[in-house]
Amino acid sequence: MLNLFLRRLMLGLVTVVIVSIIIFLGVELLPGDACTAFLEREAQGKLLENCRNDLGLGRPAYERYLEWAAGAAQGDLGISANGQKSIADLVGHRLGNSLLLALCAMCAGIPLAIILGVVTGLWRDRPVDLVFSTSAIFAMTIPEFVSATVLILLFSIWLEWLPGIVLTPADSPASDFFPEILLPVIVLAMVMTAHILRMVRSSVIQVMESDYIQMATLKGVPYWRAVFHHALPNALLPAINVVALTIAWLLGGVVVIEVVFNYPGLGRMMMRMMIDAISDRDLPVVQAIALIVATVYVCVNLTADLMTMIANPRLRTHYLRK
Amino acid sequence: MTEKTLHQRPTTLSRLGGVLSDVVSRPSGAIGLFLVVFHIVLALTSPYLVPFDYKEMNASFMLSGPTSTYWLGADHLGRDVLSRTLLGGREALLVTAIATPIAVMWGGFIGILLGLVGGRIDEVLMRIVDAFLSLPWILKMLVLIVTFGTGMLVLIPTLAFFYGIPVIRIARAATHDVVARDFVSAARARGHKRMTIIRLELLPNVLDTLMVEGAMRWSWMLLAFSSLSFLGFGVSPPTPDWGLMIADARGFMSFAPVGVIAPVVALSSLIIGINLTADSLAKALGIDRAQKAPV
Repeated sequence: MLNLFLRRLMLGLVTVVIVSIIIFLGVELLPGDACTAFLEREAQGKLLENCRNDLGLGRPAYERYLEWAAGAAQGDLGISANGQKSIADLVGHRLGNSLLLALCAMCAGIPLAIILGVVTGLWRDRPVDLVFSTSAIFAMTIPEFVSATVLILLFSIWLEWLPGIVLTPADSPASDFFPEILLPVIVLAMVMTAHILRMVRSSVIQVMESDYIQMATLKGVPYWRAVFHHALPNALLPAINVVALTIAWLLGGVVVIEVVFNYPGLGRMMMRMMIDAISDRDLPVVQAIALIVATVYVCVNLTADLMTMIANPRLRTHYLRK
Repeated sequence: MTEKTLHQRPTTLSRLGGVLSDVVSRPSGAIGLFLVVFHIVLALTSPYLVPFDYKEMNASFMLSGPTSTYWLGADHLGRDVLSRTLLGGREALLVTAIATPIAVMWGGFIGILLGLVGGRIDEVLMRIVDAFLSLPWILKMLVLIVTFGTGMLVLIPTLAFFYGIPVIRIARAATHDVVARDFVSAARARGHKRMTIIRLELLPNVLDTLMVEGAMRWSWMLLAFSSLSFLGFGVSPPTPDWGLMIADARGFMSFAPVGVIAPVVALSSLIIGINLTADSLAKALGIDRAQKAPV
């Protein structure tokens, strides 16, 4: 078990390292660097050369990568090229805000999705199932900016129930974001619920058709006992992985949502950085955000895999035999 | 059924016909396919249908609601919303219709190859695939778009590249399901070359999965494309595009809601159509789509 755990951890680490290389190379690809941005029009000749020497930009790429990676591993993400501010400070609040948004969406979405998934799975092809399965397709396929726009139109313009835009500054405490955070949370939770619901539903259907449930039914186990004791523990196991993948999706989807609602999170910051990338070239910040997001993704997946392994003895021994 | 047909493998065309009729026989498949065909036909014919030039501005009708001249009103520059909505899907459809087959083909090929070959190369490449998948799509795309600029010539390869990566995983997994079967071992024993095994033994078995995957990739690409143009990285104005139209009209939503609703309905109906079709296609081919996770 410990062996397996360590192996999985190693794989996660390797992924993070490869991601960091991809990020570094990707940002290297962008035209210009911090010096051309900082010096603007005067970026030529001696001045440019001095600046590059000062910042050490003249060194070969692998040296700079190692330095950056070593710093990042110790939590030092460098300083922003323009503001001379530590990136950790710059990103900190926004990371917190994004996590708040994602956490609220998860708390609302995951339980709802599991309940609805079980209900639609048990009452397959009945009206309940048709209603929720169809709405799930709608929720998961329509782009987030579209559903966000429709909800703003509905709830903040026509009904005037909820604020449609977030005006709270980035460094306010979490409680200040209510009720402005509600609409973005609803949009995120909707999409999450849809994905997990479909997974849970098909898993429940599969398990309910399996031999051992039939066996239990034939032995005279009452229906609800068969459902709760025999079927659900097995049916919900694969849900762990889907929840993880959905959280990973959330990290990307949150970018668009944050832009739509003007929410001061990591995603909107990244978008602004990218939009300004040609003029501003605040590359260290872009690198840092990408690395944080990728690390979160890998951690979430790792946790999900470990939870699945712990919960499923079959998988555990299967891996061990390998 | 005669003796002869029993022993004959169905031709690709007749099988495709069978699958298609299966898709249409389901209500969701029929609706989905209708929406997709409708949008494709509309995209092909809309330049001849539109009542106004999409660039033509008429200041006196700026942000007007529906009128007898402008059936869906005019936008903030006084341009006809109906004409722009009818034309708004052309670029998105063209870009994604080219990028989807490319993505499925290269991702599918690499995936099958890795599934067959295995070993070190497989292990290393899959780590790289995992690494790519752990970056949010929007970040990956934006880096390339910021570097090389927007426009079709950048968007098509970018979409085709990034959306082919998850296909590698799917194709590889599907190959693993068949690669250990006897007919593949037999082909190996016969001394067939790798490419021959892929072409004759693996591809026919993986094709169903790839088809469903392609349909799904298409809808996700459309989603990505319109999100990008919503954010200002897709088509350049004044070219009409649904994502861009929604972004532009959002600011005036409280007094001219039709300007938002029209492109919203158009874009949603296309994406829902593709998904319903993909769903029925998966059911017709016996592939459980819900098991797949969003990547």
